[in-house]
Amino acid sequence: MTGNAAIEADIVARFGPFRLNANFAAGAGLTAIFGPSGCGKTSLINVLAGLHKPESGRVAIDGKVLFDSARNINLPPHRRRLGYVFQDGRLFPHLTVHSNLTYGTRWVAKSDRHQDFDHVVELLNLGPLLTRRPRKLSGGEKQRVAIGRALLASPRLLLMDEPLASLDVVQKAEILPFIERLRDELRLPIAFVSHSVEEVVRLGDTLVILSEGNTVECGPIEEVMSRIDLPQVADLYEAGAAVRVMVEGHDDTFGLTRLAFTGGTLLVPRLERATGARLRVRIRARDVALSLARPTGTSVLNVLDGRIVEIGKVSGSLMDILVDVGCPIIARITRKSFHELELHCGQKVFAMIKAVAVDRSSGDSANVTKIIS
Amino acid sequence: MWSLTELETEAILLSLRVAATAVIASLPLGILVAWLLARCRFPGKELLNGLVHLPLILPPVVVGYLLLVTLGRNGTVGAWLFDAFGITLAFTWKGAAVASAVMAFPLMVRAIRLSLESIDPRLEQAAWTLGASPRWVFATVTLPLALPGILTGVILAFARSLGEFGATITFVSNIPSETRTLPLALFSLVNTPGGEQGALRLVMISIVIAMLALAASELLARRISARLRG
Repeated sequence: MTGNAAIEADIVARFGPFRLNANFAAGAGLTAIFGPSGCGKTSLINVLAGLHKPESGRVAIDGKVLFDSARNINLPPHRRRLGYVFQDGRLFPHLTVHSNLTYGTRWVAKSDRHQDFDHVVELLNLGPLLTRRPRKLSGGEKQRVAIGRALLASPRLLLMDEPLASLDVVQKAEILPFIERLRDELRLPIAFVSHSVEEVVRLGDTLVILSEGNTVECGPIEEVMSRIDLPQVADLYEAGAAVRVMVEGHDDTFGLTRLAFTGGTLLVPRLERATGARLRVRIRARDVALSLARPTGTSVLNVLDGRIVEIGKVSGSLMDILVDVGCPIIARITRKSFHELELHCGQKVFAMIKAVAVDRSSGDSANVTKIIS
Repeated sequence: MWSLTELETEAILLSLRVAATAVIASLPLGILVAWLLARCRFPGKELLNGLVHLPLILPPVVVGYLLLVTLGRNGTVGAWLFDAFGITLAFTWKGAAVASAVMAFPLMVRAIRLSLESIDPRLEQAAWTLGASPRWVFATVTLPLALPGILTGVILAFARSLGEFGATITFVSNIPSETRTLPLALFSLVNTPGGEQGALRLVMISIVIAMLALAASELLARRISARLRG
């Protein structure tokens, strides 16, 4: 990777009456572009890919300028070298899987080819499919071939437009580990469109939130998800912090797994992950309770001491409190409790975490919420 | 009884040559026009569409006459063709091919246009993002996917060319062993006293050729669409 940001976009584009105003920069790794349907996620990806020309602005990928209205630069899609994985696969029906996979390779100069056919086939487990026709593939298989096809065009950046949206739970679980392998093994920057917060938390490094055509937030996922002052995103996902953890060890007596994070250790029901595995968990605001004194005689296993850093706006009877327990987490409490405990910024509190949402990476099931009480 | 007379062989071979030349020569233009009509927006598109369809609606004699006026030795285009390339179309088999091509053109364009319109443009977009320039997208995605329609267009145009009469007789006349195709030979026999026997044989030959062409196209079309569907 060069020192340049993987994606720099600052564009204004018009799609009929819809206006897209996107401005963000994202580093290496996987950038999740998140928002409700109709917020312009796919439009944004199409602008990056060059399929739609923005009115003005600038797009650069890995330091290479693809569009710049001021300098009159607008590379056509075939010169951008971005791999695009469409929501609906779009495999060529007249070609075999093998020919689909190699379709993009021939247009890339030999010196620019950074993906090896055999390696990609191995990575995505495409070997048994090579002689088949797209029509004979399942939804999950189609998407794997589509990902392989985009990869073998040796792109500077992989664009993925909700590649899991048309799949059922089982097929999703089949694809997710492959996307993680792309991110981790190939070190290819990825822009991943999603409206599922579980996918975003599991896969993302950077989070870009789109709302009604505007990028309202962009930053590392943990940072963005711990913001409690973003009214536009309140309806997008259930409030909750994303926390990076590492599997520290397992407790066989009680069937628990210890997850280490910057604020200490979390105990969750046993995860079938090796010690040292890194993952991200989500702690939903409604699963966090606050106490002024260290609670005793409680069934809650995870009690963390921290300090209140921000008090969110009131919405009805509830309000969100941001607590720093080594990393920021959000607690959703009633307004009544807030007044009775006389909470204020800087105050020392104990956060009781009733549940930790863990996305299992083993591929055997989708998102599972583990309740710890 | 079962062997063909010299006249019959001549008419059959001439008909096949005229029809094949007409189809092969007009196919690239047919694909281009079908693509323009299916995929592009430009001023005068409706005019082009009307022009392409004109031979379908006009009496063939009118088309033949217009060809004679423009492509005849004294016509503007015809004179230029002769001066520049030494090509004479009027009263030659090449002229018959031109007449056939013009008359069959609307059928060819319609079939190809329909199949182009049924291609999902998102597949072409996908090819584009994979690094294929628009020309290569056309050659490697659009054209193969349009193949069934192109084949249908070719068969329709070939059949129409084999049967072409009005424009041909007007433009290139009915000259034995030069422009006397099957329909024209049949016409001559019908107008000759005692020609009924020969006319009947030509009718049978026409039917056999038509059936063979139809069967061949069915077979090809099935193979192609089976391959496209995977």
